[in-house]
Amino acid sequence: MSNAVHIVVCAGIVPDPLQTLEPITTPTGPGLKNEMVLPAVLDPWAACALYEAANLAAKNPGSKVWLVSLGPKAKLQQVMMTIAQKVSFELVPIDGPIGGFPDAHSTAAVLAETIAALSGLDRERLLLFGGWESATRGAGVTLQLVGERLGITDQFQGVDKIDLRDDGSFEVLERVEGGKHQVSVCVGTPAVLGWATGNLAEPRNNPQVGMANMRTIMPALQKAKSTTLPANGLRYVSVSLPKQQRTTRVVKDLTPDQIASELVEWIGAE
Amino acid sequence: MESILVLTHADESGTALTKASLEAVTAGLELASQLGASLTIGIVAANPAPAASSLAATGARLLAVSGEPFAQPRYATDAAACEALCRAAQATIVLAPASARFTRVAAGLAHRLGGFVDTHITSLNVGSIGGTEAIEATRWFYRQRVEAVLSRDLRPWFLLLDAGTHTAFAGDPAPAQVEEVAVQLPPIRTTVSGLREPKQDQQTIRPDAKLLLVAGAGWTKKQPDGQIHAAEAGDLILGFLHAAGASLGSSKSLVDQGGEGNSVLPFLTHLNQIGQTGATPRHAKGLSTCCHGEEPHVVGWRFIADRRAISLDPNCGWTRGKADVVYIADAFQVIAKLNALLEVNKS
Ligand SMILES: Cc1cc2nc3c(=O)[nH]c(=O)nc-3n(C[C@H](O)[C@H](O)[C@H](O)COP(=O)(O)OP(=O)(O)OC[C@H]3O[C@@H](n4cnc5c(N)ncnc54)[C@H](O)[C@@H]3O)c2cc1C
Repeated sequence: MSNAVHIVVCAGIVPDPLQTLEPITTPTGPGLKNEMVLPAVLDPWAACALYEAANLAAKNPGSKVWLVSLGPKAKLQQVMMTIAQKVSFELVPIDGPIGGFPDAHSTAAVLAETIAALSGLDRERLLLFGGWESATRGAGVTLQLVGERLGITDQFQGVDKIDLRDDGSFEVLERVEGGKHQVSVCVGTPAVLGWATGNLAEPRNNPQVGMANMRTIMPALQKAKSTTLPANGLRYVSVSLPKQQRTTRVVKDLTPDQIASELVEWIGAE
Repeated sequence: MESILVLTHADESGTALTKASLEAVTAGLELASQLGASLTIGIVAANPAPAASSLAATGARLLAVSGEPFAQPRYATDAAACEALCRAAQATIVLAPASARFTRVAAGLAHRLGGFVDTHITSLNVGSIGGTEAIEATRWFYRQRVEAVLSRDLRPWFLLLDAGTHTAFAGDPAPAQVEEVAVQLPPIRTTVSGLREPKQDQQTIRPDAKLLLVAGAGWTKKQPDGQIHAAEAGDLILGFLHAAGASLGSSKSLVDQGGEGNSVLPFLTHLNQIGQTGATPRHAKGLSTCCHGEEPHVVGWRFIADRRAISLDPNCGWTRGKADVVYIADAFQVIAKLNALLEVNKS
C-alpha cells in the first residue's frame, strides 16, 4: 500500500481533429462556428495522461484516479460515453465554456479550487496529470498554474514515462529539444506531470468498465457546478484562418529518374 | 510606461546562451526600441559571466543568478531563479524563449508575480487599440489551424516566444557589468540525472536541418508486388537522411505501428511524429513520402515553407492545396534514385 497514489487527471474536450474549424465572433469573444454541434473527443494528450494514470493506479493497489473536466455538461456527457469504456475513474465535471479562447488563468483557478475540495484526496500522495498542451489553446500553461495554486513545486512537462519505485520516488522522462529526453528523479509525491504521448496504446473499449463508470458519471454530471471564466484583460484583436492555400502542381508523368533529378535541384537550391 | 525583461538561459555547455535565448534578446531589443522602453536581460546559468559578456553589446541592464543549482533545468530551482530576476527587474513585460526549460516554469512564474502568460508567440507588434498604444502578440490556436492576434491590459505580462521567429542576437563579446541576484532556494526534491538520446549516429531529429523528410505509413504497407519491404524502407530513409542531412518526421500511423508489434522502422519514436499530437517543427523545406497528407498530420507542417510530396495516390491530401508539388510515383523507386544522385554529388 505504501505506493498508493492519488492521481487527478485534468482533461478537456476538443473538436475531433478531422473536423473543419471556422472561427466566428460570439457575444463572449471568439469561438468556432457550430462549436456545440461539432463532434468532440477527449483532448488527445490529456487522454494519454488518463491512460497512463489508469495503468499506474492498476500497478499500485489502493490508488485512485479522478478525471476533472471543464466543459459544457451536454458535451462532457457525450464524450464520457466513449471514455468511460476505456479505464476506471471518478468523473469530476465542471459545467463551463468550451474552446480555446477563454483565458487559461481562469480555467486553472476553477480547476485548482475543484481539486482542493475533492473529498478523499490525500494531497501528499497527489500526482496531478494532464496533457502538456491542449488541442484547443495549445498553451501548455493550465496544468502548471493549477500545480502552483496547489503549492506543488515538482513539475514535469512533455512527459513520456514515469517509473514509480518501491521507495515512493519516481523517475520521469520529459521531452526536450532535439529529440531527446531529460531524465529526472523526484523523491516522491506530490508532483505535476504534463504528458506527451507516453507509451500506451489507446485501451480497448470494455463495456463492464463502462457500466461501472457510468453509475457515478451520470449523477456527477447532474450535480456539476457551473462556472464562468473571466477574461483577465485578454483581448482578441483578430482571429482568422490562414489564407495560404497552395496552388499544387501535380506531376504524374515523370520517371523516378526525372523526379530524382528535379528533387536534387530543389534540395540544393536556397 | 512599459519596461521589458528578457529571460535567458545557458545551453548544455553551461557557458553560452541558447540560440532561442538570443532570439528572445533580439525580440526584446526590437520591442524596447518600438516602445521607447527600458530593457533588462536576466541570465539563468551556473556561471553567467561568459553569457553576460556576449550580451554586453545590447547596452541592456544585465541581471544574473549563478550557482550549481542552476546548472540544470528543474522546475523548483528555475522558477525560483526567474522569480528572483523578475522581482529585481520589476518589468511590466517579460519575454522568454519557449525552450523546454522556460516552458516548464513560465506559467508558474507568472502566477507567482501576479501576472499573466501567453505562450507560442510567433510575432510581436506595437499596434493601437482604441487610440492607445498596445502590444499585440500573434499565436496559433487549435494546433496551428486558427491564427489570433491578442493583447492584454494587465501586467506583468509574460510572453514565451517560439524558436525560429526572430534572428539570434550576435554582438562582440566585451566585459559586462552584471548585477548578481540572490535566490531563496526551496527544498530540492528533484535530481536531474541527464539526457537520454539515441546514439550520435542514430539521432534522426535535427532541428537545425534545412530539410524535413516525412515518412508515412505507406513505407511499411504492402507494395504492388504484394509484399512488405520494411527493411528496404528503413535503409532508403536512413540513406536519404545521411545524404541530404535532413531531419526525420513521421506520420502518427507509422510510429503507432511500433506499439502493435508490427514490422516497423526501429529508429522511429513518437518524438518523430509530426502533427496534431506530434511536433510542429520549423524547416525551410519538407518532403513527404508515403503519407496521405490528412489534416491532423498537415497541421504539423504549418511552419514548413516549401513543401513537396511523393505519393502513389493522385487524390491524397497533399494534392489539395497542401503541398507545392506532388509527384505521383513510387517513393521506393524515387528515393533510391535520389540517394544515388545525392551521394554522387557529395563525392
Ligand atoms: C485525435 C487524432 C490525432 C491525430 N494526430 C496525428 C498526428 O499528430 N500526426 C499524424 O500524422 N496523424 C495524426 N492523426 C491521424 C491522421 O488522421 C492520419 O490517420 C494519419 O496521418 C495517416 O498516416 P499516413 O498518411 O502515414 O498513413 P495512410 O493514411 O495509411 O497513408 C499512406 C499513404 O502512403 C501511400 N503509399 C503507399 N505506398 C507508397 C509508395 N510506395 N510510394 C508512395 N506512396 C505510397 C498511400 O497511397 C497512402 O496515401 C490523428 C488522428 C486523430 C483522430
